[in-house]
Amino acid sequence: MTRLVELMPFIVLLPLLAGPVCALLPGRRLPWLLAVAATAGAFIIAATTLAGVMDGTTLRYAFGNWPPPIGIEYRVDAANALVALLITGVATILLPWAAPTVDAEVPERQGVFYALFLIAMAGLLGITLTGDVFNVFVFLEISSLATYGLIAHGRDRRALLAAFRYLIMGTVGATFLLIGIAFLYILTGSLNMVDLAERLPGVSDSRALQVALGFIVVGLAIKLALFPLHHWLPNAYTYAPTLITAFLAATATKVALYVMLRVVFDVFGPAYSFAALPLASALMVLAIAGMFAGSWLAILQENLKRMLAYSSVAQVGYMVLGVSLVSVAGLGAAFLHLFNHGLMKAALFASVGIVAYQAGSVRIQDLQGIGRQMPWTLTAFALAGLSLIGVPPTAGFISKWVLISAALDAGQAWLVVLILITSLMALVYIARVVETAWLRPRPADAPAVNEAAWWLLGPVWLLVAANFYFGLDTRLTLGGATAAAEALAGGALGVGR
Amino acid sequence: MKDNAILVVVARFLIPLMMLFGLYVQFHGEYSPGGGFQAGVLFAAGWILFVFIYGLETGLRIIPERVIYALACLGVLLYGLIGLLGSLLGGHYLDFSVLLPAPRAAQQAGIILVELGVGITVASVVMLFFLLFARRRAEAEAEGLPLVDPLDEDESRREPRP
Repeated sequence: MTRLVELMPFIVLLPLLAGPVCALLPGRRLPWLLAVAATAGAFIIAATTLAGVMDGTTLRYAFGNWPPPIGIEYRVDAANALVALLITGVATILLPWAAPTVDAEVPERQGVFYALFLIAMAGLLGITLTGDVFNVFVFLEISSLATYGLIAHGRDRRALLAAFRYLIMGTVGATFLLIGIAFLYILTGSLNMVDLAERLPGVSDSRALQVALGFIVVGLAIKLALFPLHHWLPNAYTYAPTLITAFLAATATKVALYVMLRVVFDVFGPAYSFAALPLASALMVLAIAGMFAGSWLAILQENLKRMLAYSSVAQVGYMVLGVSLVSVAGLGAAFLHLFNHGLMKAALFASVGIVAYQAGSVRIQDLQGIGRQMPWTLTAFALAGLSLIGVPPTAGFISKWVLISAALDAGQAWLVVLILITSLMALVYIARVVETAWLRPRPADAPAVNEAAWWLLGPVWLLVAANFYFGLDTRLTLGGATAAAEALAGGALGVGR
Repeated sequence: MKDNAILVVVARFLIPLMMLFGLYVQFHGEYSPGGGFQAGVLFAAGWILFVFIYGLETGLRIIPERVIYALACLGVLLYGLIGLLGSLLGGHYLDFSVLLPAPRAAQQAGIILVELGVGITVASVVMLFFLLFARRRAEAEAEGLPLVDPLDEDESRREPRP
């Protein structure tokens, strides 16, 4: 166990140290190889760490041997370990897959591109693992700045504008978070999460604490693209390079959601958070609005990447809906969907990436009849789409099932109807693509398209297979999500199953 | 601007002082206000003043762009590897007390080395920023780049980036 504690910070440090080396390496293959090695190493450590904390233990690592709350510590329980596993796992599958697409989209200076990727990933992992609220802000900025650069690498000129919009919105979000953290520091003189949780009850009658909670929640809501603060997301996902879209869609918003849960449930405590502000009803209304607006906008899109981006807004709604139930079951549903949605969106965006690479277009009207020319790619898309809709036996079905049973447990049966309606809307936009690709004839003047090579298809099918595997064997996902929910709020809510 | 005698004389007098003051701030970082970040900016400001007076080509002859770029990465690496050294010698990451037997000297050595990394990176990144803007202006004027409205979202009126 002691060795695991020593090893755990290297989930963040491996990509963080590999980043600058990557920027110095010449050519194409060397930076890519280093990036693959660093992510794979981080993935192995993250998997070992999750195995070590599933039983409810907490790993604590003080940087520079300065004891917390003065020094910065990493504090890992099942909740962070699960998110870290998702980030490193998705990166480990996507990086080997993405080499040809990166060659096509970023022809020059790939060392910088992979370095930014590693730093963005290290930032996300740092946010996930740290036990210090100011450290959260620092890593949030590290990952965000690297992400802006990565999005701007897109071949379309509009990628620059998308990156700039994200920069503005992201900076507003980060500033709100920082203001909230500053209020906490003024009130308590501490930045360590555990220490804050102990000190905050003493100042719970302060109006400033209410303001701090408000700033932090709104700042993070921008980062997690909660409706109606999602405006940066569709453009950023549409114009970013394929690898970045798939990676961000699977991880970035999830990390922001995790931080929000950590702060609301662990630092402030649910008893304070949901009494000081009408958080439960606000989050529920916004989540439902996001589910409907995101799904509806997804149906209207002509661009496949943009359609999936709006679908992400809707899916964030499901996660936040689980949170707004304020129960361990609801929190578990949020964590479960956080993980499963990462898997399904990675699979969907990766298969769309193959379409973009082979056919050169992601507009739905250009994809007529393409299913017969690229059967493996489009089948992968359709199967991952089933998971998004929530058809058994996929991971998406488990997500929705757990969310629905959490809603029923909370006595909110009417939510079940809304979840089913938005699932049908997901069916509409996925079916539209499948219908266009398989049932329409290929126009005579359309350019010939070939099926992708096996090394492009393999990782996508691996992700699709993971969607089905975690629909049948829920020990890791459901067990991990329940452990995560109990680590966050089991004691405070006291209704653990 | 190297024809203007006053500017040249003042700059020749100021640039060494600025760099010296940069180094002073750098190496007093561990027990007085200052440190790598401020020192790096001061040091880069000296170079930027030099470029203002003698031109970009002369400035890049002293320190080529590739070297600046490499230094930016190496500074971060120095920081990271000093931290790693603490971990490898049996302490925690960024633990300086295991670097040397005397506890006080160990902390000082660790902080100076780490701050040196910060200083190198900040100085080179500030120089790179300056370089980007200085280059961009010159390139845009030389090529007469077409001005495209970035807010225009209509795809038909726009050509893809080459």
